[in-house]
Amino acid sequence: MASFSSTHFLFLAVAALWTLGLTAIAFVGGGLVGFAVALARISGNRILRITAAVYIQIIQGTPLLILLFLIYFGVAVIGFKTVPAILAAGVGLTVYSSGFLAEIWRGCIQAVPSTQWEAAECLALTRWQRMTRVILPQALRMATAPTVGFLVQIVKNTSLASVVGFVELAQAGKLINNSIFEPFTIFIVVAGFYFAICYPLSAWSRNLERKLNVSHR
Amino acid sequence: MTAPKGLVSTGGVMGYHFDFAALLPYWREFARGVLLTLQLSALSTVLGFVLGTICAIGRTDGTRLIRTCIAAYVEIIRNTPLLVQIFLVYFGIATLGIHVSANMAAVTALVVNVVAYTSEIVRAGLESIHKAQLEAADCLGLSRPQIYWHVILRPAIERVYPALTSQYVLLMLASSITSQISAEELTAVANRIQSDTFRSFETYIIVGILYIALSFVVRIAFWAFGQTIFVRRRKLHTPL
Repeated sequence: MASFSSTHFLFLAVAALWTLGLTAIAFVGGGLVGFAVALARISGNRILRITAAVYIQIIQGTPLLILLFLIYFGVAVIGFKTVPAILAAGVGLTVYSSGFLAEIWRGCIQAVPSTQWEAAECLALTRWQRMTRVILPQALRMATAPTVGFLVQIVKNTSLASVVGFVELAQAGKLINNSIFEPFTIFIVVAGFYFAICYPLSAWSRNLERKLNVSHR
Repeated sequence: MTAPKGLVSTGGVMGYHFDFAALLPYWREFARGVLLTLQLSALSTVLGFVLGTICAIGRTDGTRLIRTCIAAYVEIIRNTPLLVQIFLVYFGIATLGIHVSANMAAVTALVVNVVAYTSEIVRAGLESIHKAQLEAADCLGLSRPQIYWHVILRPAIERVYPALTSQYVLLMLASSITSQISAEELTAVANRIQSDTFRSFETYIIVGILYIALSFVVRIAFWAFGQTIFVRRRKLHTPL
């Protein structure tokens, strides 16, 4: 029986790139959708507000695993015969991260003191100008640390994309394990890869938090 | 399509016909899945809370070696996916030559995971206790265990209780991942039912709704529990 070799290590390294790619898709997609949902969540329109709140509740109340299955089988329902794994995984993780990012960003936008809104209104800025010139720049400063923190969650949760057949780190580990059955070695190496990706992000997030000193204000 | 109204929605999206009636005979299995998910998460929550609190105390008051070890443990757990941790625990236990059921391995993995998060949350609570409180307690002649229990631990937990609640709701949702080592909880039940009936989409819709309901139930349970144990909050209606 073959044992864990450099070929396997290389295979895992390539899979780690797919993990990064999937993370990027989920973060960009989830960021765009999440931002729209965050704005809807604080909009003046009541229906929009409630819809966004329900969307967030549903996403945050369902396990990612179930979301992935729903999208995987749901795409088939709307008529596609075969679902490429990257599509199912990408859409699933996008939906998932949008629900969480929306709530993080809503909190940051609402944490901008209300006097800032009032002052902007007194200066006769339009709602759009108020948002882009006054509120968002301040909210952005507060949002950076928790957003980077959530990026770590996305990286870790891409591991679940393996259930729809997407070959990223965790799935690559499973595949190798199926051929040489050395689970302990393999998954330690896999965990090492994840740690190498996530730890710098965590440290960065902590650093940002300290710099902004948000928690001590 | 001649199906009884009410049970079957014939409103297909692009020709797809939803058939929830096919899943009706499986309600017992769904119920068992819900029960097992609750059991798994309740057990992991209790163990995770106790061990996590001990770790938090060790992290703040332990010797240098203990502090470093706990810090390293927390960083490792928080920066690797639960799925990989589950595999490591599952296969790790097997490598040690101990034979445990998938459910036991699932609980172990969930506890190993949630202890790290709990300890960080509780530590934040412990650090929020003002030094003057300890000095005041000392002046009142309270013993060290008394100070720890009444002045440090209880107010600290009360302060971080909302964060703990969120963490344990997430834990309940994350327990779905243990289906990957065939622990018999709700998601695993769903996987089996959908392969039996081929009504995959409907199965996961039902399970999704069940999870949403479960997360509400868990939240309410935590709120009610908080109301009973934090007497001060109940009487004064103010957060600490």
